[in-house]
Amino acid sequence: MQGIRNAAPWLLSPFLLVMGVFFAAPLLLVVGYSFMTAHYPGGVEFPLTFEAYTKIFYDTDFDGNKVFDSSFLLICWKSLKLAGLCTILCLFAGFPMAYFMATRPAHQRNLWMMLVTIPFWTNLLIRTYSWILILRDEGLVNNLLMSAGIISSPLTLMCGDFAVGLGLLYSYLPFMVLPIYANLERMDWRLVEAASDLYATRWQTLRKVTIPLSMPGILAGSILVFIPSIGSFLAPQLLGCGQQMMLGNKIENLFGQAGDWPFGSAASVALMAIVMIGLMIMSRRGGIKELV
Amino acid sequence: MAEADSPSRLPGVATTAYLSLAFLYIPILVVIVFSFNANSLITVWHGFTTDWYVKAFENEDLRRATLNSMIVAAGATFFSTIIALMAAIGMRGRLPRGLAGSSQLMMTLPLLIPEIVIAVATMTFFALIGLSKLEIGVGQVLIAHTVFCVPFAYSPIRARLETLQPSLFEAAADLYATPWHAFRRVTLPLMLPGITSGAMLAFITSLDDFIITQMVAPPGSMTLPVYIYSMVRKGITPEINAVSAILLVISILLVVSSYVINQRKAV
Repeated sequence: MQGIRNAAPWLLSPFLLVMGVFFAAPLLLVVGYSFMTAHYPGGVEFPLTFEAYTKIFYDTDFDGNKVFDSSFLLICWKSLKLAGLCTILCLFAGFPMAYFMATRPAHQRNLWMMLVTIPFWTNLLIRTYSWILILRDEGLVNNLLMSAGIISSPLTLMCGDFAVGLGLLYSYLPFMVLPIYANLERMDWRLVEAASDLYATRWQTLRKVTIPLSMPGILAGSILVFIPSIGSFLAPQLLGCGQQMMLGNKIENLFGQAGDWPFGSAASVALMAIVMIGLMIMSRRGGIKELV
Repeated sequence: MAEADSPSRLPGVATTAYLSLAFLYIPILVVIVFSFNANSLITVWHGFTTDWYVKAFENEDLRRATLNSMIVAAGATFFSTIIALMAAIGMRGRLPRGLAGSSQLMMTLPLLIPEIVIAVATMTFFALIGLSKLEIGVGQVLIAHTVFCVPFAYSPIRARLETLQPSLFEAAADLYATPWHAFRRVTLPLMLPGITSGAMLAFITSLDDFIITQMVAPPGSMTLPVYIYSMVRKGITPEINAVSAILLVISILLVVSSYVINQRKAV
């Protein structure tokens, strides 16, 4: 091991080289591009400017005047709202599920673990697409309800916050269950018995013992759900029919069709800032180590 | 723990767990069931057929996209697993403080940055350095995938390494094994379960990716998810269900086999 120990920095060099060049440098490039002038369609040029950041708040009208424009801020708000709602719903469905799994006998636990892991690693595009089959006007839900005679014309389930939120919840539920389960499985369940011996009711035990002890798992799960849902592209694109724009779609649009790279870069910086603020709020109680 | 009067039993927990499980699996089953549906209206059942699978296999673009996906996933798995293995062993050694910290950060950061940002960053960077002009096609996608697969390959390898006693390596050195010999005969065999499950995670991660590939792939280098997305945008067809069902089954098989390998924990 002596030889390996001395070789440690060399063993890390391919990793640092690849990540430095193809991960860190591109991110810094995006930050740099957010201070440049747009070259349509797609590209940047000098001079350096704050123009892209002013586009977050203002739009330029035909006369070249800057007028307040809330459309980007509304997209930020909608992303934050849907990602927050998704995180909370995942918690309400995921915690009981993780709790149930952790209180099963060992052999059943492994089976449940595998059943939750399968959707976790199943293609996200296909999992999102599957909801189109269920929710669209001629989809499964409308077909069932109409043939049962409950409704006479199809309900519009697609292309709204409902469909996008449901898609996000579906996409990221396993991300909440797995860390909470990992935490609860390691928990010393004798503490729960002790609480009940001391005449705590089940709800009191849950509130005062189990939940505080599983906080690192809850935080890790919330982070793992919040980050991909706020930057989500597929759910708002496919289930929101592209009209329900979230930040992920907006950024894709700015780098694609709209061809405004500096604004797209500024929007990416804004997204990263929102994520970092979210992380700071969530990790104030220190749960971030659980992630690594 | 599971007895009826155990203090760990909570009302409603079992119901929520079974409902959540149903919620996770019903849409997957819907895709698989309707891929065998004879009706092209696709969500009305009209009898069993495998026509859509035949049609999917006859689609040349689809075959090329599948081949691209396999090349990219295999290549990205190979490179990212080697990089992750070297990094995992390196991280255990004596490192200057700054190097250890920045390596750890580089391993965590890709998981904390939204994918769409990584996608546009990689795309602009490739455009800047002129990689897009080299016409390496699938090569561009391969580079991008290798990068985001590394942290996924790393975590099981690292977890496995942590369960191994340093004394095993010391014993090899005491018996005059050269570092290379010790690695080949001791480290590598002991690390194998970690390496296998790391490689599988990297493979699935690569196969799963959509948005980064969509941004980075030059024309003609589409992977399967990018191609499926373009099909979905043109309109829902039963052929999509057939392709999706195949991809679903591949993912499920990979997860199950990775799970089975992990069950056989040694040492």
